Amino acid sequence: MTAKTLYDKLWNDHLVAITDEGDALIYIDRHLVHEVTSPQAFEGLRLAGRKPWRIDANLATPDHNVPSDVNERAGGVAGITDPVSQLQVKTLDDNCDEFGIEEFQINDVRQGIVHVVGPEQGATLPGMTVVCGDSHTATHGALGAIAHGIGTSEVEHVLATQCLQQRKMKNMLVKVDGELRPGVTAKDIVLAVIGKIGTAGGTGCAIEFGGSTIRALSIEGRMTICNMAIEAGARIGMVAVDETTINYVKGRPYAPTGGNWDKAIAYWNTLHSDPGAVFDKVVELDANDILPQVTWGTSPEMVASINASVPSPEDFKEPVKRAACERALEYMGLEGGMAIRDIKLDKVFIGSCTNSRIEDLRSAAAVVKGRKIAANIKEALVVPGSGLVKKQAEEEGLDKIFIEAGMLWRQPSCSMCLAMNSDKLGAGEHCASTSNRNFEGRQGFGGRTHLVSPAMAAAAAVAGHFIDVNELLEGAQA
Amino acid sequence: MKPFTQLTGIVAPMDRANVDTDMIIPKQFLKSIKRSGFGPNLFDELRYLDEGQPGEDCSNRPINPDFPLNFPRYKGASVLLARENFGCGSSREHAPWALEDYGFRCVIAPSYADIFFNNCFKNGVLPIVQDAETVDRLFKEMYATEGYQLSVDLQAQAITTPGGEVLSFEVENFRKHCLLNGLDDIGITLQQAEAIHAYEDKRRQQAPWLFASRS
Repeated sequence: MTAKTLYDKLWNDHLVAITDEGDALIYIDRHLVHEVTSPQAFEGLRLAGRKPWRIDANLATPDHNVPSDVNERAGGVAGITDPVSQLQVKTLDDNCDEFGIEEFQINDVRQGIVHVVGPEQGATLPGMTVVCGDSHTATHGALGAIAHGIGTSEVEHVLATQCLQQRKMKNMLVKVDGELRPGVTAKDIVLAVIGKIGTAGGTGCAIEFGGSTIRALSIEGRMTICNMAIEAGARIGMVAVDETTINYVKGRPYAPTGGNWDKAIAYWNTLHSDPGAVFDKVVELDANDILPQVTWGTSPEMVASINASVPSPEDFKEPVKRAACERALEYMGLEGGMAIRDIKLDKVFIGSCTNSRIEDLRSAAAVVKGRKIAANIKEALVVPGSGLVKKQAEEEGLDKIFIEAGMLWRQPSCSMCLAMNSDKLGAGEHCASTSNRNFEGRQGFGGRTHLVSPAMAAAAAVAGHFIDVNELLEGAQA
Repeated sequence: MKPFTQLTGIVAPMDRANVDTDMIIPKQFLKSIKRSGFGPNLFDELRYLDEGQPGEDCSNRPINPDFPLNFPRYKGASVLLARENFGCGSSREHAPWALEDYGFRCVIAPSYADIFFNNCFKNGVLPIVQDAETVDRLFKEMYATEGYQLSVDLQAQAITTPGGEVLSFEVENFRKHCLLNGLDDIGITLQQAEAIHAYEDKRRQQAPWLFASRS
């Protein structure tokens, strides 16, 4: 038998049919649903008189439009002040009712960002195919699954058939080896990867993240990395199953139990690339070369180390890149050559499907503990990824640390990652954000986003500008 | 889905790399529960000088005079000429919905983001790949000639320029077939219902936990 990659194995195990030309029908084990990309799909089912193929494969929760403010949240769906947002969340509730799909509604403690909720519940498992009408579905690949975003037509397709028409992608390996420097996290790794290969570096590929650095990460860290595979152009990011994976899954509400657990483990232990498996593309990074990262521009590949400077257009040889740099600097209101440290900030956002899990909040809290946010920071939002993350954080007293530092402790939602609820940047405001996209207008009309890790966002909140988090960690009293 | 067979139309430029789906259709318009009516908000933040709101009448908004789609010469354009990695970012199908609703049936670029590329085919929009030099040349020709049009023939997989040059392009057979005939691919998949059931029966034996209800 020829050596197979993890992606090859999972692809083969989900193949329903394939033509000689390679057009395949792939079976989907888990479909996650949220309010933004599903209403037109449910409407399509209704118009065609179709029913969901397998109701128990679907799990829904509202996240994008849900308010993070405690008062607005208290009134449930009816309390959402924006009537357009309210209708979208209500439509999800109505559709789930009508079709019998399980939903964690707005104020259910299990509600949260769909990519935090799935793994937390054990609803996404190793070896599954997981899809959702959201490009950050790659997150779930951290468990050793094929997971990717789909458009609304495909949401309808999965609802109606439990399958997707696909062609196999190419195999790409991103290998990171060595020990991370202090203050460097999963977020810095993935930003460094994107900086190296570019936002189209993984287009057409399923990326497997491997190497000793990745192996040493927790599942939450691996999720942060897989989450941003799409920012490197790859729909799929994945990490092989190991003991860390199995320990993470065990005991979660939807995880298998009893005899099924033993059978599942036996299968999951095969979910890694075989020695000698061939990848179409391989990229290697030395963990020791990675410093805390900060994006300076309007694409995630426009990233630099904390001790570096913002580049100038002349630093780029290709005309298209030079023009992009020029435009980005203008939008961001930055000068080429200025130090990353000198970028002044107005707001801080800690949250999103990239960085809103308990470890992210712990890492930010460790930095701000006993400190205050800088006077120029108008608002520092901390938005846990789910009701259960929020509860856990409160049990650990993290909420108090943030509040004492002058930060705002919010309700679980996508919040200012994409500003579909009322958490937004004003025009021209600079934000240190733990989210995943620094596109123009993403966090609010005219807003300027700098992507960083939770620890770096916390350090920026304290300093009022970017600094190496190590400067604060070294000074911190244990 | 509207079939796509042949098209001759005015070409408009989106002359920057990495155009993301937030730029194609900003998030506030994603709150709609409909799949039509996104055209007036295509490239909203570039097209207008103010911040657009869902449901707002765009006819009285201040337009950005520097944005090419607002130039009279590109009025009625149905082919969009773009640069590398067009459509990157989110999976929102609102992006091709907005392009289609505006009147674009075809995009020509050196490369696309995967999800956007896939979404186009589900909505009667043909994304064509041409190498970067060819795209660059088309940009130059288009800028030099007011009213510049291209003809696109999906059956023949060919673009014809005003000068009579014929550029061929690749497209997967299955996608071509669906687009030419405007086929609903759910109907096509459901023709394989037996194969799906057979797969489920086999998989239930191999991996029963995937079919077990919550403990």
